[in-house]
Amino acid sequence: MDIPLLIAIFPQVLLDGLILGFMYALIALGYTMVYGVLEFINFAHSEIFIVGAFVGVEILLGLKAWGVLGSLSPFVVLVVLLVAGMAGSGLLAVTVERVAYRPLRGAPRLVPLISAIGVSFFLQDAIRLFESLWNNAFNLVYPTMNQLNYRFQVTDNIDISVKSLVVIVSALLMLWCLHLVVNKTKVGKAIRAVAEDQATASLMGINVNRMISITFLIGGAMGGAAGVLFGVQYSLINPYSGFIPGLKAFTAAVLGGIGNIPGAMMGGLVLGLLEAFAASYLSLLTGGAFGAEYKDIFAFSILILILIFRPKGLLGEIVRERA
Amino acid sequence: MRPVTKLRYVGIAIVLLALVMPGVAVSGQAKGTIKIATQSPLSGDQSAVGEGIKLGAQLAIEQLRGPIEKAGFKVELVPFDDQAKPDVGVANARNMITDKEILAVVGHYNSGVAIPSSEVYKEAMLVEISPANTNPVVTDRNLPNVNRVCGRDDVQGAVGAEFAKSLKVKTAYVIHDKTTYGQSVAEFFRDNAKKAGIEVLGFEGTEEKSNFDPILTPIRAKNPDLIYFGGIYSQGAPLFKQAREKGIKSKFLGPDGLDSPDLVKIGGQAVVGLYYTTAAGPVAFYPKAKEFVKMYKEKFKKDPQPYGAESYDSAAIALKAIENAIKAAGGKMPTRDAVAKDVRKVKYAGITGEIEFDGKGDRQKAGYFILQVGSDDPAKWDDNKLLERKEIAPPPLKK
Repeated sequence: MDIPLLIAIFPQVLLDGLILGFMYALIALGYTMVYGVLEFINFAHSEIFIVGAFVGVEILLGLKAWGVLGSLSPFVVLVVLLVAGMAGSGLLAVTVERVAYRPLRGAPRLVPLISAIGVSFFLQDAIRLFESLWNNAFNLVYPTMNQLNYRFQVTDNIDISVKSLVVIVSALLMLWCLHLVVNKTKVGKAIRAVAEDQATASLMGINVNRMISITFLIGGAMGGAAGVLFGVQYSLINPYSGFIPGLKAFTAAVLGGIGNIPGAMMGGLVLGLLEAFAASYLSLLTGGAFGAEYKDIFAFSILILILIFRPKGLLGEIVRERA
Repeated sequence: MRPVTKLRYVGIAIVLLALVMPGVAVSGQAKGTIKIATQSPLSGDQSAVGEGIKLGAQLAIEQLRGPIEKAGFKVELVPFDDQAKPDVGVANARNMITDKEILAVVGHYNSGVAIPSSEVYKEAMLVEISPANTNPVVTDRNLPNVNRVCGRDDVQGAVGAEFAKSLKVKTAYVIHDKTTYGQSVAEFFRDNAKKAGIEVLGFEGTEEKSNFDPILTPIRAKNPDLIYFGGIYSQGAPLFKQAREKGIKSKFLGPDGLDSPDLVKIGGQAVVGLYYTTAAGPVAFYPKAKEFVKMYKEKFKKDPQPYGAESYDSAAIALKAIENAIKAAGGKMPTRDAVAKDVRKVKYAGITGEIEFDGKGDRQKAGYFILQVGSDDPAKWDDNKLLERKEIAPPPLKK
């Protein structure tokens, strides 16, 4: 075992894990908010997330085709991408709710769940069809923006690229905005009321359907932003890329206590860190007997352990508030 | 309801006649239909090469089916999409063996799909000629119906290691994609590299497709001279791209799975200078290939993919064997068994050189090539620099 090496790469692994964790946290919010309000798991959220990435790549490719990509400030471009991705995914989430979930509102719990799985498959192939017709390819690559790839060298083994900073800063900003919206505004109060008790909330004059739509809009927008950041950070996307991050984010939501917003953020961070440390350290710690391929098994075993001892998730019981 | 006029009756009659006529004409003169199937990924992230395999076979069938048609048979191509997934490949194979008109399969891009599927072909003695499956197990099972026109990974791994040695590489880090193909070629590379005195700093498998950070962080700390990736371009390209973005300066090397213009489409500047070994020579290398490229471009309006020429040759051998089998059967529809036996007897001067199979279905002498990516423009993939070329006979069957 190579202890100095383990220590030397520790900060870098921590950083990798944080970036991944913030990405999971942003996606997990979509699952957890919808669960909080409707008590059902929106499995189509992984596709809503990847749609954000596709909206972003289309804009970038468009700018590149016009030849203006190099002359624009990458931060302006990023803001445009994020806003567009959030709008695209948010509106898609609202539409999905209106078309596929609202008509099933009174049905048994399993029915909308199956509808969600159907929507998920439908969206995957719809994206694929659209991109195949539009671009004649559905594996799309984010064009490189050189300024974003610039790296601040801290030590030999540690550096931070501008785009990782962008991921962390925008994720933090968005999580903070969400916190303000949910806890400090009237809309947030209404959403929380609907989550608490739909019938009573509607008696108090709250338009339940509209609040549910807004919940989907916010959750979808967070997913869309995560999609754009995912594309910028990892560059290659295809219509099926959303599935695994979606599954992990859902796990993160459960880990934090599903229905609980701070829980989803924390769950995302914990899972991201677990995954990064497992992937980087397993092979070093076991002398090559276990490699990075076991990272998910390792991360999910810990998840199972946590859920055995805290069935309601990390924050599920401490914070009773749901949103 | 609107009254149906006489004119409409006439119209319907003409349409019906038009539908029936070609069928009548064909079944009138032909003794039956002979189908050649292809199986390769036509959808998903490996579909670029998979489609090239299908189109290569299609071109061969359209050009070379004359003799069989003269014997009174209709020749058709039936493409199947294995989606690069073993279960889909096996399900397709089950469908194929029930269609008695299918006499040969050109196929598979992924060894992990080819191996289980060929067990199904074996049940019906349906002959498979593989243009691209390099895993040793494909032919080492000694099945009478499995053949390949490309080389083998045990040789390819050794060729790669030998080349790494010639680059004066002292340390290497090996990553693979955990598939039958990727992991085994990576293992062959690792074992041969160790023998050649190269220190292997790590051997790691991953199914990850987007986020390679956690794998790359320890690699950067270990700073190997060379990173070897055993797998397919769709996964290798983002890996190499992220490695360069992370500031890793190691040389890159990989097997024939990296051989696709899509590697640079995804990887861009990061993969320029990457070395790859392949069992499919660049089309420009073969004298006969120029014409193939020209015809291919005319017909399909795109460049042939790697293994397109091998696929053309595979289909050509299948046609030749079927032709011989028809003759032997006295002009009747041959059995699958006879076609499988005849494939082993064919000596064929194909685009990729002289082809003849040994007793277990390997090509008597397969070519191995080492190339270097020269440009980040996918259209210039065929101009990649050929560094070395070898012709090596397959190792004998181990008992």
